[in-house]
Amino acid sequence: MKNLLILGAGTAGTMMANHLRSKLYLNEWKITIVDQYKTHYYQPGFLFLPFDTYTEKQVKKVGKKFIPKDVNYIQKKIEQIFPEENKVQLEDETLHYDILIVATGSKIAPEETEGLIGPLWKKDIFDFYTFEGSLALRNKLRDWEGGKLVVHITEMPIKCPVAPLEFAFLADDYFRKKGMRDKVEISYVTPLSGAFTKPTCTTALNYLLKEKDIKIEIDFAIESVDNDTKEIVDYEDRRIPFDLLVTIPTNMGDEVIEKSGMGDDLNFIPTHHNTLQSLAHENVFVIGDATNVPASKAGSVAHFAAETLTDNILLYIDGYPLKNEFDGHANCFIETGNNKALLIDFNYVTEPVHGKFPFAKIGPLKLLKESVFNHWGKLAFRWIYWNMLLKGIPIPFVHRNMSFKGKIFDIKPDTK
Amino acid sequence: MSVKTIAGVQVNVSEDGYLEDMSQWNEEIAKEIASEIGIELTPKHFEVLNFLREKTAAKETLTIRGVGKSGVVNIKELYALFPKGPLKFSSRIAGIPKPTSCI
Repeated sequence: MKNLLILGAGTAGTMMANHLRSKLYLNEWKITIVDQYKTHYYQPGFLFLPFDTYTEKQVKKVGKKFIPKDVNYIQKKIEQIFPEENKVQLEDETLHYDILIVATGSKIAPEETEGLIGPLWKKDIFDFYTFEGSLALRNKLRDWEGGKLVVHITEMPIKCPVAPLEFAFLADDYFRKKGMRDKVEISYVTPLSGAFTKPTCTTALNYLLKEKDIKIEIDFAIESVDNDTKEIVDYEDRRIPFDLLVTIPTNMGDEVIEKSGMGDDLNFIPTHHNTLQSLAHENVFVIGDATNVPASKAGSVAHFAAETLTDNILLYIDGYPLKNEFDGHANCFIETGNNKALLIDFNYVTEPVHGKFPFAKIGPLKLLKESVFNHWGKLAFRWIYWNMLLKGIPIPFVHRNMSFKGKIFDIKPDTK
Repeated sequence: MSVKTIAGVQVNVSEDGYLEDMSQWNEEIAKEIASEIGIELTPKHFEVLNFLREKTAAKETLTIRGVGKSGVVNIKELYALFPKGPLKFSSRIAGIPKPTSCI
């Protein structure tokens, strides 16, 4: 019996277990998946939880439900990977593997910024990238009386790079509906040179910030949080005051990657952009947020990557060259508030464009344009996630590689 | 892409003024790009520029954090050397591609 070992039972790891169990001969291969946590979170839901749009129950389920029965599921902490010896040390046992898939994800590292975890943490400073943070923020917002709300990104890359902007849009909507928008000043503070990370988006969508009266501060690289004056401070001593700070702390790969000496300075694993094979070890593959590939850290990217990686694992087993196929394809809904959303579709090299999706000229979803339809799409996605995506069931008509049909290349980005 | 003469040398530059081919770079070119931006280069600047070029040649992704941990400069010093856009400006002066940020 040969061993295929998957580390991490989040979005990417769970999808790989489901894909591979139907593709590998289970009398030749034993598939094992390890994750120390019992709960599988629907992470896109963390955006809606603070605004009471979703309940706690809607964003969490028992992870085991999504792991196929013929896959060996171990709920233990991973201590260290020894890639030279093809083994992984868990808290009380050692697993040997023939093929390893690392899907240990990324998480927030607020301790990286001085003063972030200080007296104001979870009192006036919150994150919404963890279940606990998102829930604490919901409780804060329920009876917050207003003031300066600062939505802030520490540094790139972050998981779901549009989520902070969506948070600002939804906050505008939330306070409007509560009849207190005039009591809240919303600022969006980013280390980048525009609100969106992709220049075409900034060109096409900057009107949204004006329409919603959101102030933007660009090129702000935070050095520390001043807990006494309630200000964030950047490396050039620019200071931005807040009453309520919603921050996206530095995102980093799991510490087991650092301990195993497999990561870059943010603990992300150097990975081949198109095959998803680790650059250092040929029997190690990496998927999802754990990689260092220059694609979005998002479930949709992991979903497309999982299809390529499944094929490549099979090719690798049979000794064939791997497919240089993965293109960094991402397909994301962006909530803009007021029950509307945008849809963007892009890859490593092609920026988001106008057009229709998934059917050229027909849609029904419009790219880079606000519509109620897109908002329904985003809400429907929660069902798709639990019932199709995790189980590795292909989403009809949505291809793993970006399609250029129905796309209109009409936006010239402002370049600086 | 267009061809531009910088410090008497014809080089290929991108729309935003980054060199397309890092091997076309020399110190005189660096000085001229820097003065366009309003920076006068010191030996410390060149230490950073050479570090960035080495990392780029080794196909490593550049981040402000990575430069800060390099031992060449810390982040505060990097900002002091290249105010307003430490990675953008230093990359342009170092003759390497514009740093990518992912959505």
